[in-house]
Amino acid sequence: MKLVYFAWLREHVGLNEEQIELPESIKTVADLLNWQKSRGDAYERAFSEPDTVRVALDHFHSEHSDKLEGAEEVAFFPPMTGG
Amino acid sequence: MSVSLQSDDFDISAELDALVAGRTSIGAAVTFTGLTRDMVADQRIMDMTLEHYPQMAQAELERIEAEALTRWPLLEGTRIIHRFGTLVPGDRIVLVITLSAHRQCAFEAAEFIMDFVKLRAPFWKKERTAEGDNQWVDAKDADKRAIERWQTPNEQ
Repeated sequence: MKLVYFAWLREHVGLNEEQIELPESIKTVADLLNWQKSRGDAYERAFSEPDTVRVALDHFHSEHSDKLEGAEEVAFFPPMTGG
Repeated sequence: MSVSLQSDDFDISAELDALVAGRTSIGAAVTFTGLTRDMVADQRIMDMTLEHYPQMAQAELERIEAEALTRWPLLEGTRIIHRFGTLVPGDRIVLVITLSAHRQCAFEAAEFIMDFVKLRAPFWKKERTAEGDNQWVDAKDADKRAIERWQTPNEQ
């Protein structure tokens, strides 16, 4: 699975993107956000308030309750401020 | 209908003419242009950098356009241009054009598109102030509330 990061999440994690093998137990967006917190200091800081993190699955906005269901690209970013 | 993401500026008049393309059935063209401001609260802004998620931004703006065409079947054309990169006060950021035979449809659809662009298009602004701060802009609750008026009773 490819993970991509934007804005302050990218800065906190220190990566634009990465490839990972996801543990089988991770089924939903909320599971994935919780798991991210356990991956070291940078991730713990980036994901300390998971409610503020928006997640897109294969370029579609998701809810934290959504299932990952084979998504190939998962993006993490703060609420959007374009326009 | 079409969507462009670009670092370059755009020419509003040329975009409008290209979208109308000589069609004389069109009686109303609404254009909205978003500009970079020089002040935010009491902070003077030196410049602003827009980061974006290219593939999703393109897809999401196309979905917003498609939704506008579903809600206003009398729309005869739409155009969205959103810039990215570093912009200074006065620079154009975003362009929305809507066309229809009569004005109401074009006005409403342009507002609808902009409200959803603010809330759903994956762009993020980082502002550099005269005091040397370089900070991500916080999303505004007002932008979240703005789309509530477009929700149908079933969605509320």
